[in-house]
Amino acid sequence: MATLNVLILVCLGYVVLLFGVAFAADRLAAAGRGRWLRSPLIYTLSLSIYCTAWTFYGAVGNAARSGLEFVTIYLGPTLVMVGWWWGLRKLVRVGRSQRVTSIADLISSRYGKSNTLAICVTILAVVGGTPYIALQLQSITLSFSIFAEADPTGLYREGSSVFWVATGLALFAILFGTRNLDANERHHGVVTAIALEAVVKLVALLAVGIFVVWTIAGGIEQMMDRIDSSPIGQWNIDASRWTTFTFLSAAAFICLPRMFQVMVVENDDESHLRTAAWAFPLYLLLMSLFVVPIAVVGLDLMPAGANPDLFVLTVPLSQGNDWLAMLSFIGGFSSATSMVIVTAMALSTMVSNHVVMPIWLSAQEGSASVSGDVRTIVLMARRVSIAAIMALGYFYYRMSGGGAALASIGLVAFAGISQILPALVGGLFWRGATRTGALVGLSIGFGLWIYTLLLPGMGGGLIPVSVIENGPFGWGFLRPQALFGIEGIDPMVHSVMWSLSLNTIGFCVASLLSFPSPLERLQGAQFVNVFDHSVAPQGWTGSVAQSEDLMIMTQRILGTVPAQEFFQAEAERQNGRPGRLPEPTPGFLQRLERELSGSVGAATAHAMIGQIVGGSSVSVEDLLAVADESAQLLEYSSQLEEKSAELTRTARKLREANTKLTQVSAQKDDFLSQVSHELRTPMTSIRAFSEIMRDADDLSADDQIRYAAIIHDEALRLTRVLDDLLDLSVLESGQVSLNVGDGSLKSVLDRAVSSALAGGDGSLIVRRVRPSERIQLHTDLDRLGQVFINLISNAQKYCDALEPVLTISTHDVGGQVVIDFVDNGSGIPPEAQSMVFEKFARVGSDKAGGAGLGLAICREIMQRLGGDITYLPGQGGAGFRLSLPLAYRQAAQ
Amino acid sequence: MTAPDQDERRRPSLFLERQSYRRRRLMDAARLLPLLGAAMIALPLLWPDESGGAGAVPMSAAIVYIFACWGILILISLLFGFAARRLSAREKDEPEAGKWQR
Amino acid sequence: MSRKVLLIEDEPNITEAIRFLLTREGWQVETHADGADAVQVIVAAQPDLVILDVMLPGKSGMDILRDLRELKSMQALPILMLTARGQSRDREMAENAGVSRFMTKPFSNTEVLTAVRDLHAQATRL
Repeated sequence: MATLNVLILVCLGYVVLLFGVAFAADRLAAAGRGRWLRSPLIYTLSLSIYCTAWTFYGAVGNAARSGLEFVTIYLGPTLVMVGWWWGLRKLVRVGRSQRVTSIADLISSRYGKSNTLAICVTILAVVGGTPYIALQLQSITLSFSIFAEADPTGLYREGSSVFWVATGLALFAILFGTRNLDANERHHGVVTAIALEAVVKLVALLAVGIFVVWTIAGGIEQMMDRIDSSPIGQWNIDASRWTTFTFLSAAAFICLPRMFQVMVVENDDESHLRTAAWAFPLYLLLMSLFVVPIAVVGLDLMPAGANPDLFVLTVPLSQGNDWLAMLSFIGGFSSATSMVIVTAMALSTMVSNHVVMPIWLSAQEGSASVSGDVRTIVLMARRVSIAAIMALGYFYYRMSGGGAALASIGLVAFAGISQILPALVGGLFWRGATRTGALVGLSIGFGLWIYTLLLPGMGGGLIPVSVIENGPFGWGFLRPQALFGIEGIDPMVHSVMWSLSLNTIGFCVASLLSFPSPLERLQGAQFVNVFDHSVAPQGWTGSVAQSEDLMIMTQRILGTVPAQEFFQAEAERQNGRPGRLPEPTPGFLQRLERELSGSVGAATAHAMIGQIVGGSSVSVEDLLAVADESAQLLEYSSQLEEKSAELTRTARKLREANTKLTQVSAQKDDFLSQVSHELRTPMTSIRAFSEIMRDADDLSADDQIRYAAIIHDEALRLTRVLDDLLDLSVLESGQVSLNVGDGSLKSVLDRAVSSALAGGDGSLIVRRVRPSERIQLHTDLDRLGQVFINLISNAQKYCDALEPVLTISTHDVGGQVVIDFVDNGSGIPPEAQSMVFEKFARVGSDKAGGAGLGLAICREIMQRLGGDITYLPGQGGAGFRLSLPLAYRQAAQ
Repeated sequence: MTAPDQDERRRPSLFLERQSYRRRRLMDAARLLPLLGAAMIALPLLWPDESGGAGAVPMSAAIVYIFACWGILILISLLFGFAARRLSAREKDEPEAGKWQR
Repeated sequence: MSRKVLLIEDEPNITEAIRFLLTREGWQVETHADGADAVQVIVAAQPDLVILDVMLPGKSGMDILRDLRELKSMQALPILMLTARGQSRDREMAENAGVSRFMTKPFSNTEVLTAVRDLHAQATRL
C-alpha cells in the first residue's frame, strides 16, 4: 500500500523536477541556445493546459453519467484548431503585430485602446476564473483524500494541504511568470514545464486506459461488449446540450485567458499553428480515447456510491495497482498545476495592466516621465496580483466547501468567458464593430450569465429561492432559469442561448447605431485587414513631443540598455545618425507605443505617451484612409502614404542639411572674426601695458613687475591659442604622426584626472569605476590623455551644479572600449548639441576663457585614433561618449 | 471578407496562373474543413435514441464513428499543413509574399 | 569737478590698463564686467562717458548700446566702443545703433586718450 507519505514525497519530487525544468529552460533561452524550446511540438503541448483536472478526472465522471457527452468539450477545440486558417491565424497575427499582452488587451486595443473595456474583460475573466482555480484545488485535495482514506496512519489534514498547494503554485507562477516585464518575450521556463506536464498527464491517462482495456477487460472486443451491456451502452444524447457544449467549448478555447496566453502571447512563430492544427486535435483524441472504457469498468467494479469523478484513481487502486494509481495521481496533479499557473499568470497581467497601472497612472497625474521606476511597479503589481488571485481561489474553495457546487463550475466558467466571443470575432472580422457595441454586448452577456447561471448555480443564499421560482417581484417572465416564459430547457443551454444571443444582438445593434472614434476606426482597419497592412496607419503627431521626456520614460519601463538601443535604432532609421535623439515623428511614436505596450498593455502605453506628447491626433491622410471603406482605396492610399512619408523624410533631410550648411557657413564666416578676437584680446593687453611701461616714467617698482607679469601671461595665452589652432589644422590635414604605445586605461585616466584637477578650484568631484578601467590599450596614450584632460576641464569650467560631480564609466561593447563622461550640471541645450564639436563653438558666453577649440580637437584626435566622440543626450547633465577600438590598427594610413 | 474586385486590380490578367489557382482552391478547402467537421459531429443527432426503442445505436458503434470522424479531420488537417508549408516556402522568394491568402 | 567714466569690459587685464591710463588723466574710473545688467548699472551710475566692449558675457555690447539709446536720458551720453573682432560689419552696426566712437583692439594708448578727450569735449560743449 502506497502510504500518504510516499505520495507526498513523490509530489514534492515532481514539483522540484518542474522547478528544475523551468529553471533550465530559462537558462537555455537566456543563453540563446535551446532552439527546441521554440519548436512547434512544445507549442502544441503547451496548448494542452486546456485539459485541466476538471477534464482529467471529470471526463470519466461525465461519461459515467451521460455517456459520450464529454467529447463535446474536446470536439469544440478540435474544430477551432482544424479551422486555424480562418480564425486562429488572424488572431495570432494581430496579437503579435499589436504586441498584445492578454485577451483584455486585445479587446481594448481593437476598440480604440479603451481601458473601460479592458477592465470589463478583466473582471469577467477574474469572476469566471476564480471558481475554476478553486475547482483545480478541489481536485488535488480530493485525489489526496483517496490515498488518505487508504492510509491507516492518516495524518492528512485537508485544509492545510490546500493551503500549501495554493502557496506552492503561486510561488511557481511568480518565480517563472514574472521574470521579464515584456509580455511578448516568451516565458520559456513556464512553457517548457507545462509541456512536460502535458506529456505526463497524457501518459498517465493512456496507462490507466491500457490497463483497463487489456488487463481488466481482456482486449478490445471484450471491452466493446462490456460497453454495450453497461448502463451507458446506448446512444442517448440531448441534442441541445450536444450542440451547445460543442459550441461553448470552441468559444472558450479561444476566449479563456490562459488559452490566449499560450496560444497568442507565448507564440513564437505563426507557422507553429500549422503543426498544432493537427497535433493538438490528436492530443485531445488520445486524451479521450480511453475515457468511456475507464468509466464503464469503474461502474462495473466500484461500489454503487463511489464517486465516478475519481475512477481514474480508484479503479487501479481497487486492483491493487498502487504505482499506476500514483502515476494517475501525478497526471491529475499535472493538469491542475499547469492550469493554475498559466491562469494566474494571464490574469495577473490583465489585472496589473488594466487595473493597477491606470490607477497608478492617474494618481501620478501628468507626470509619467518624472516619478518612480515604472518597471518595478509593474512587476510588483503582477506578483501581488498572482498572489491575490491564488488567495481568491483558495478562499472561494474554503467558502464553497468543495462538493457538488463546484462540479459544474467548469462549464459555467466556459459560458462566462465565452461572452467575450462576439466582441472578439466582431472585432477581427467586422470593421463596423464599435467600442459602444462591445461594451453593450459584454455587459448584457455578463449580466445575463450571472443572473441565469452563476447565481442560481451557486445554490441558495446568493439569490432567494422565491426569485428562482417566481421571478423577481413575482414577474414570472424574468425567472432566471426560464426567461420570457421559455421553460423546460436544460439550465445550461438556456443560459448560454439567452446570454450569447442577446450579447450578439446588443453588440451588433449598438455598433450599428454608434459612431466610432477615429482611433477606433484605425485600429479596426488594422485588425480586420491585418494581412494587408504590415505598415500600420498612424495615430500620433509628435510636433509637441519631447524626445528627451520619452527617452526618460522609456528607460524607466524597458530598462536603460534596451531603451537606449531602441532610441539609437530609431535615430539611425530617421537620419542615419546615431548619438542624437530621434525626432518624435508619428511613425516613431507608434513604434514606441507598441514597444511599451508589450510591457504595460496597449491602453496604458497609449495613455503614457499621451501624457508626454500632449494629446493624440490623427492626420488628415489617416482619416482619408479610413473614410472610404473599400479595400482598394485603403491599399492605394497606404501606398501614397508611404510615398508621402518618404517625401517628408527626404524633405526633412534636405532641411537638416540646409540648416547645417547655413550654420557651417555662418561659422566659416565667423571663423576669421573669432580668430581675430582670440588673437587681438591678449595683444590689446600686451600693447597697452608695454606702452604704459614705455611712456610712464613714474611707475613704482611693484607696478613695473606686475605689468611685466601681465604682458608675460598674455603672451603665453597668445601662444596657447596659436598652438591650439596649429594642433587642429595639423590634425585636420591628417599630417599628424601618432606616437602609439601600450598602457592601461586606468593609468592614462589617473594622469589626466590629476593634471586636469590641478588647474582648477578643486570643487569638482570625479567618480570613477576603477575595476572596469583595467583595460590594456594600444594607442597614442598622450593624445588620449589630452582628450581626457579636455573633457575633465570642460566639466570643471562649465558644470553649473552646486556640487559638481563628473562620473567616468567604462564599458566594453563588442570589441570597443566605451568611456562615458557624464556630469550633473544642466547639460548642453538640445539646439546646441549638434554644434559642440565645431570650431569655436562655445555654449553661452565665453566667461571661462577657452578658445572653443577643445572639443573640435578632441574629435579630431579620437577619429585619428580610430574611435569617435559623441554627445550623449538624455543623461541629465552634459555627457560625452568616447569610443575606442580595443586594438588600434593604423588601417586608415 | 475582402472585396472581390481587389484581386482584379492587383492582378490585371483575367485568369490566374495555375499556381495561384491551386493555392486558392487549397485555401477554400481549408475554410471548408471546420464546416465538414461540424457536419460530421452533428450527424449523430439524427440517430434514434433510447426512446426510439429497438433501433437505438449501441455505444460501441457511436464511439467508433466519433473517433473515426476525429481521425479523418486530423489527417486532412495534417495534409493541409504540409501543403501550406510547401506553398509558403515557395512563396517566400516572390515579392508578393504574404498576400496569397485571398 | 570730477569726470566719471564707466568701463564695461570682461577682460581684467584690459580693464586694468584703461583704468591706469584714465586715472592718470584725472578721471574717476568705475568698471563692470557683466553684460546682462550693464544697462541698469550705467543708468544708475550716471557717468560722463561709457567705454563698452562688444563681446560680453550675458548680453552683447551691441544690444546694450541699442537699449541705452532707447532711453531718453541716455541719448546724449558719449559711448566709446571697443571690439577685437574688427569686421567692417560690426562698425556699421554700431554706427546705426548710435555709437559715438568705434575702435578696434589692439589700440594705442594715445588713441584711446584722444578719443576720450574728444568725446568729453564735444559733450560738454553741447
